Amino acid sequence: MAISSGWPIQPSAPSGAATIGQPVLSIENLSVHIGPARILQEVTLQVPRAGTLGIVGESGCGKSTLLRAVLGILPGGATVPKGAILFDGEDILTDCAATVRGRIGYVPQDPYLSLNPVFRAGDQIFEVMRRHAKGSRADHKAKLIELLRAVQLPDPEAALRKYPHQFSGGQRQRLLIAAALACDPALVVADEPTTALDVTTQREILGLLRQLTVERGLSLLFVTHDFGVLAAVCDRVAVLYAGQVVEHGPTRAVLDDPQHPYARMLLACHPDRATDLGGIPGTVPAATAQPPGCRFHPRCPLARAACAEAPPPMLPLGAGRSVACPFHAEAFARA
Amino acid sequence: MARYILRRVLLALPALFGLILLTFVLTRVIPGDPAATLAGDAATPAQLAEIRARYGLDRPILEQAFVHVRQVLTGDLGSSIFSGRPVMEEIVFRLPATLELTFAAMLLSIGLGIPLGLLAALNHNGPVDHLIRIVSVGGLAVASFWLAIMFQLLFAMEWDVLPLRGRSDLAYGAPPFHTGFYLIDSLIAGQGALFLDSLWHLILPAVTLCLPGLASIARFTRSGVLEALQKDYVLYARAAGYGRFHLAAIYVLRNAITVTVTQIGLLFGALISGAVAVEAIFDWPGLGTYAVQAILSADYKALLAVTLVVGVVYAVINVLVDVLQALIDPRVAEDIR
Repeated sequence: MAISSGWPIQPSAPSGAATIGQPVLSIENLSVHIGPARILQEVTLQVPRAGTLGIVGESGCGKSTLLRAVLGILPGGATVPKGAILFDGEDILTDCAATVRGRIGYVPQDPYLSLNPVFRAGDQIFEVMRRHAKGSRADHKAKLIELLRAVQLPDPEAALRKYPHQFSGGQRQRLLIAAALACDPALVVADEPTTALDVTTQREILGLLRQLTVERGLSLLFVTHDFGVLAAVCDRVAVLYAGQVVEHGPTRAVLDDPQHPYARMLLACHPDRATDLGGIPGTVPAATAQPPGCRFHPRCPLARAACAEAPPPMLPLGAGRSVACPFHAEAFARA
Repeated sequence: MARYILRRVLLALPALFGLILLTFVLTRVIPGDPAATLAGDAATPAQLAEIRARYGLDRPILEQAFVHVRQVLTGDLGSSIFSGRPVMEEIVFRLPATLELTFAAMLLSIGLGIPLGLLAALNHNGPVDHLIRIVSVGGLAVASFWLAIMFQLLFAMEWDVLPLRGRSDLAYGAPPFHTGFYLIDSLIAGQGALFLDSLWHLILPAVTLCLPGLASIARFTRSGVLEALQKDYVLYARAAGYGRFHLAAIYVLRNAITVTVTQIGLLFGALISGAVAVEAIFDWPGLGTYAVQAILSADYKALLAVTLVVGVVYAVINVLVDVLQALIDPRVAEDIR
């Protein structure tokens, strides 16, 4: 294993059951434009029921936009010229997205900025439960206190009455995990939930997230740019480059033996396994100036004329893997 | 919280002491010799000297200042050098009149300004936003004395739907004095007709006076809401499934009005100064008309008392605003420690 995750909790082995049946979330040929910027191009992904999918990519690759599309909070001016997002078989892009709120839990990136400073933490979560969870206020309170115990927040009763600034960052993220689970979701969406925290807290939070989703049989869509985090949390991974999915497969297999030239070069940049720290020549294209065809071709050592003509299709490789490059088997000729 | 309030009150005290000294200095730099005014044109130097001695104007300036501070602190604002009556007597009747007017205008400013600002922000750059902006810029730009006269011409003279001047009809007179607020005193006395009549009289001056404040409150609320809408916690709340109305009218507004609330303190100052013109036009027997008379007659004692009273009220309002702010945003009280 080239990349050691270093995390205490290893992902569960992909079980046969998880892939059988309808995926809980199915993103089909999704394109998202924001003004002139073509952020996502024909992204197709599935989150298996009770499984975890990681989305990995550099800043600006469209991770956040993908996540916001799933959460129904695309920025103003965003258009979806193509594609669908099916949650439990329901198209949540066209249908009233509000009906699924509560069934998709959300753990945001920055626990410091994601709670409103002028309301009590408990009240902010109760407001969501009031709208999306069954039962009375007393039921909600009992449920939330139980969840706060599950996320190991000390003194849950008192915590409900505190304001956000009275918690540490790790405590706030625990609160937000509890909030994400408060309405019994089928899917939890997490947006780099540990980047704002220090390393020791990161481990605890990731372990907790992993443990709670496994215990409760939840599906997890996890966005990150950190391979170590990815290896610790996700069964499957999709590598995103400039709004296109370039590789998709079981996390271990993709990390150990990446196929797409971008994934190969990106993983070669990882300090743990770097043979040379040369990086990838060129820069990520601006979203308003995406190259035609395969968006990676201007930086790709394997590129040829055909690459600029049409986006390459996803080629199945067997064992649940696929790659968007017909030339993936070729070796690099590197200077 | 109690600690925070105590601290705000203690911080207001030196400001008030400074105000007492400042008012004294101001009365000495305004043009016009009060002794000469009192004595009249035909006064002899001996009469002038006698008047100066009677009012302590011949003493060293520091001694006068000391006496002034001591008198003010014991609640003695002196007597009008014009009428000879204690200034406090006049103030007790006139301050409630002004407060009734300014509070009414303030309620209108806040009660209309905050919803308008919210509405404008939620329709950011839409037609409603533009309309509200035009109206609020207009509200700031139009001189209140001009507007007051237009209102009088239209509502009182042309259409005859609202009274032209005063606090109540002569037929009713004033209610028995308890608080000095006609709206309250008439209710205490059980005079329903007088209550309605006072309310009727309050409409035009209060509407005139409230417009600049309404405009600035609406603008501050609008920018506060727009700023808050950009915050991560709004995105999070939307993703978590907050309702649209709850998000805008409760969740975001509470953040936004922390800025608006600081404006309310400043607004009160603007209302008091605005009241001078509005009271004069509507013949409202408040501090504003009193101050105008005092200036015209170089009655420095009266002027000094008006300035002091307004200063004290202003300080009290601002302490209340600070407390209100701490109630809205719990971090405010804790940062002070």
